[in-house]
Amino acid sequence: MAAKQNMNSRRDALKTLFRGAGLLSLGGAVWGSTAVTLKASELTLRPPGALDEYHFVKACIRCGTCVEACPYDTLQLATLDDHTAIGTPFFKPRLIPCYMCTDVPCVPVCPSGALDVKKIAKQNDGVKTGKPDINKAKMGVAMLDQEACLAYWGIQCDACYRACPLFGEAITLEFKRNERTGKHAFLKPVVHRDICTGCGLCEHACVTEKAAIFVLPRSVATGKVGAHYIKGWDKDDEERLRNLKEKKTEESSPEDELNDWEYLLDDE
Amino acid sequence: MMSSIIERNRYLILRRTIQTGLLILFGGANWWGWKLLQGNYSSAYVLESFYLTDPHAVLQTFATGFIMSSDAIIGGIIVLIFYALIAGRSFCSWVCPVNMVTDLSTWMRKKWKITQKEYFISLNRKTRYWVLGLGILLSPIVGVAAFEMINPITMLHRGIIFGFGAGWAIIIALFLFDLLVVEYGWCGHLCPLGAFYSVTSRFSLIKVKHDVEKCTMCMKCFDVCHEKQVLNLIGEKSGYIVGECSNCGRCIEVCNDSALKYAIYNYKNQEVQR
Ligand code: SF4
Ligand code: SF4
Ligand code: SF4
Repeated sequence: MAAKQNMNSRRDALKTLFRGAGLLSLGGAVWGSTAVTLKASELTLRPPGALDEYHFVKACIRCGTCVEACPYDTLQLATLDDHTAIGTPFFKPRLIPCYMCTDVPCVPVCPSGALDVKKIAKQNDGVKTGKPDINKAKMGVAMLDQEACLAYWGIQCDACYRACPLFGEAITLEFKRNERTGKHAFLKPVVHRDICTGCGLCEHACVTEKAAIFVLPRSVATGKVGAHYIKGWDKDDEERLRNLKEKKTEESSPEDELNDWEYLLDDE
Repeated sequence: MMSSIIERNRYLILRRTIQTGLLILFGGANWWGWKLLQGNYSSAYVLESFYLTDPHAVLQTFATGFIMSSDAIIGGIIVLIFYALIAGRSFCSWVCPVNMVTDLSTWMRKKWKITQKEYFISLNRKTRYWVLGLGILLSPIVGVAAFEMINPITMLHRGIIFGFGAGWAIIIALFLFDLLVVEYGWCGHLCPLGAFYSVTSRFSLIKVKHDVEKCTMCMKCFDVCHEKQVLNLIGEKSGYIVGECSNCGRCIEVCNDSALKYAIYNYKNQEVQR
């Protein structure tokens, strides 16, 4: 009798255990997938000095101190309907761009390290200082839609060119003869991606109905060639290949596929 | 008459004053540029000199494998120490804005005489500890502080200060859940932050103390307490209320026999003194 009761209670205990484990996995699956969906934020522009998106959503504690520090109300905290990790700061340049404050008030107040002064540190003779330099910010990169840009139609418009805080550097105008009229010139804006900060003043200034120049996050708007392409005409890039080889021979693995690369240097 | 109403709600009035006062200070930082308390309950920038950070959020971030800056970590330690050593789980009833929402549910339950404690689903009060653990466990898997992705507390607080977006729907859902589905459903069964502070503040200094000799077993305290399981010593023995007690002081207010009061926890002698 007692033994039977024991069996029953043990079976009950097991049942409870399995049910508990099941409920826990159910909760974990629903919760986890919700979190993953909600944090997917490929198209979000972050404040200056932000870590890369992967680390940024981990780091940011969602306090909004950066939002309050911004004198232009550029930054906002994501709500449920902003399609990015809830509570994290972002900006929409067509509404309010980043005016690239020289003192960058939004970055040093960040308590979590999600915005890091080091990412935009001012350089003195190549040495990083503790001071921020807003021109080093890489919030995104301006993309230009040539079909929608009036200047590429041959109409004179240099709104973005003039709005850019890195005047004459991040956007330059390319002069081309307009064959259609035969007597006018194109003044085509060209973005220089290495200099552009992604502040979005150009997007804000663009006169077309939907901006023809707009900022995208660099992770989205940047391609990648791959390490096995080498610029044979570029000494530094060639060096890269040599360094790679030396390292490998040190590790002495003869079958290493990198040896296949040797032919690349043959014509020297 | 009036004075007795105030007397019977003295802590309630004080709590609401502090809760709304903090909201106004935080809101003022965003709306009018006040510098007293910037940010929100995730991390507050105090007087432009130091930070107070939600230790539970720091813990989750830590679980994702990211080490925050010292500003946030130190802020988290200050808050943790304050509640763990001094104030107990009082964040929940003295600071948290969700408390005002769920208390409204409770109040409407009484008003509309909704007596059924659970409807449609039943929940264990220990569930919150599983939610707490699961949140920490999920954080490294999903690569983001898991509870912060769905946290209705910060959603409400951010909503008030920075604007809700669609977030108000979550708050309404939470309100209705407490009103119609489970009595004390969120704060008393599910909230991992409440669970976090319950665990960490087991030995806090400020606690509610019961004096069994004065108790007439009127059971008024059971009527108002949102964590009734902590009142198991009422009428049985003198001692301190521990566990999930949030130090709200409702029981003290309703007790006509002065059998309950705030006291300093005596680590050595936990039962006898008056
Ligand atoms: S640099 Fe200035 S304008 Fe740009 S986000 Fe920061 S505070 Fe705002
Ligand atoms: S200050 Fe830092 S932690 Fe706070 S919201 Fe901005 S980025 Fe996130
Ligand atoms: S090109 Fe546009 S986004 Fe880039 S720095 Fe100039 S104004 Fe800013």
